[in-house]
Amino acid sequence: MNFPSATLLAQSVLAGLFTGALYGLLGLGLSLSWGMLRQINLAHFALAFLGAYLTYELSSHRGIDPLLTLAVIVPLFFVLGVALHWVLTRFRVSPFNSLLVTFGITVIIEALLQWTWTADYRKLESSYAEHKLQIGPLFLPVPELITLVLGVGISLAVWFALRSTDLGKAMRAAAEDAPIAAAFGVNQNALALMLSGLNAALAGVAGVCIALAYTLSPSQIYAWIGVVFAAVMLGGLGRPLGPLIAGCVIGVTEAVTMTVTAPSWAPLVSFSLLMFVLLVRPGRVA
Amino acid sequence: MSIDRRSFVTAAAAVGALGTGALTGRAAFAQQPAGKPVRVGGTLALTGPLSATGLVHKLTGEIYVEQLNQRGGLLGRPVEWVLKDDQSKPDLARTLYEQLVTADKVDLLIGPYATGAILSAMGVAQRYNKTLVHHTFGIPSLAKYDQQFPAWSLGPDPEKSMPAMVLDMLATSPKPPKTIAIVTSKFPSVHFVALGVREVAKQRGIKEVLFLEWDFGNRDFGPIAGRVKEANPDFIWNGAIGLEGNQLLDAMKKIDYAPLHHFYHVPAPAPMLKAPEANGALATTIFEDHPPFTDNPTAAEFVKVYRERAAKAGMPDTAVETQAAASFSAWQIIEAAVVATKGLDDKAMAAWLRANKVDTIQGKLRFNERGNFGDDLGKVKQVQNGKWVVVWPKEWAAPGAKLQTRGVAS
Repeated sequence: MNFPSATLLAQSVLAGLFTGALYGLLGLGLSLSWGMLRQINLAHFALAFLGAYLTYELSSHRGIDPLLTLAVIVPLFFVLGVALHWVLTRFRVSPFNSLLVTFGITVIIEALLQWTWTADYRKLESSYAEHKLQIGPLFLPVPELITLVLGVGISLAVWFALRSTDLGKAMRAAAEDAPIAAAFGVNQNALALMLSGLNAALAGVAGVCIALAYTLSPSQIYAWIGVVFAAVMLGGLGRPLGPLIAGCVIGVTEAVTMTVTAPSWAPLVSFSLLMFVLLVRPGRVA
Repeated sequence: MSIDRRSFVTAAAAVGALGTGALTGRAAFAQQPAGKPVRVGGTLALTGPLSATGLVHKLTGEIYVEQLNQRGGLLGRPVEWVLKDDQSKPDLARTLYEQLVTADKVDLLIGPYATGAILSAMGVAQRYNKTLVHHTFGIPSLAKYDQQFPAWSLGPDPEKSMPAMVLDMLATSPKPPKTIAIVTSKFPSVHFVALGVREVAKQRGIKEVLFLEWDFGNRDFGPIAGRVKEANPDFIWNGAIGLEGNQLLDAMKKIDYAPLHHFYHVPAPAPMLKAPEANGALATTIFEDHPPFTDNPTAAEFVKVYRERAAKAGMPDTAVETQAAASFSAWQIIEAAVVATKGLDDKAMAAWLRANKVDTIQGKLRFNERGNFGDDLGKVKQVQNGKWVVVWPKEWAAPGAKLQTRGVAS
């Protein structure tokens, strides 16, 4: 086996960070939903792909810059998230049943995507894809850089908001002990609706990033579930920085494994890492 | 290749005269089919990960059955296609074929597409002694049932014949490859051919500088692209299936690497055409919708109708290529066997097919070697200026088309 050059290793680490940032961005809403609302929201992945298809549609057929589609997608998905939470609470869906209900919603959204855009592959041709930065021998593609910047920026912003603002503290309090929080005047229902809306909006943002860097097909919704769940579990439920850090750890581990050994070993290494960390430090790494 | 272009065109013209007459002018005079329908049952991946291609087969089957009924159906009876959605799941395909035989009691079976689903259908067909004609089965060594018939002219040993054909062609280029990188999905129907490429390249003295395998469903092609760039081979054999070819090309583009010669085993045809970095990409095919293939009037008429219907259905790629051609051929094989045996007896049809050749839009098919495969009628196509054109063998090349190496013709 030839050992890879330093350039190849460094480029692989970058590739892993870019992929990991998307894992983190996808995992953020899922983690908040699971940790703070006690809902295992599988529909999060379907919403992300719905966001990706809307980005494709608005950019390819309406000529809107992909990043400007965020102005439409974020509020729209916020409303969808609010509606989803209202339905789940209205019918008193338990955490375990939320897994089943949101899986059903995922199947419905997949069918809608296929009905609207067919099962054919769709690729957003944007000017961003044509650009990349070069630092010495290393290349930084702009779509992946955008994902990294959005992933880090949003994770930090959510972390700061939950930690330092009154609203964030109220959300954490409601998640920790709803009756006591309510006794202190926290409107738990309103906050839960707001948090669910935020999670769905985060799925929409992840969708824009997916559209920028990947070719779309409805069935790819399921391709992300395993690894993003791993990032969420490694990162710790309800912890805004956890999925990002864990996602980057997984992404870099997979990329370096693919560079040094056979690419088919990558999932084995990343999931072995998950098992090891859960054994050594149950609950989280971040 | 066992048939040359001239004999193909002569045969095709004869068949075409018959076929097109039937498809167009004669349709009006054809006797209207009457009586109990001949029911042909099958499944397709209408949903799930394989559904993009499943829609190609559905559209092709609809066109064929419609035109078959216009020219009198089978045995004077109308033909009804009982189509079920196997959701891209081989296990579900097995159940549905069981239903088709036992509950729907169809007269004939037509296969699904994709190797996994076909294997499932084959097991059911064997259990009930039904003849099964199927579309795109990728691993001839697994086709053990003697009443199954492949419509994809892959030949009995594609792991030898396919790389030999591609390397024969590249030997004629101004820069014949001296080194090769073989990178492949572990998806069974492409993986065994990639292993065959290693042997064929070794026999020809081409140095293997890289061999990589990834699991089907791999998302991150950045590190693989990096390793290919570092190995810098003259030729990349990419055992890619579906989008994987585009993903690797995209990853190579991101690190500013453009390969010299690059081949993709089962690319997604439309996305590859749309990617500027795919210019020069090579792939295998049995049919492309340009002359000399469309010199066959049946093929020309099918291409015309298919393009219209595909555009109407909003499909992004309206060209007829391997999948649609194999699908069309499967129906041609069934029709030929029914007409020749004057009945719907599965055993009689199978015996006739093993003993005779069938004219199809991809050429004359025979079914008397391993797995009932016959000649490898594969050709090599290349993306040139946003179009797939056949470049090898030369007698099958699109008018004026030649193998290009980084935009320069051989």
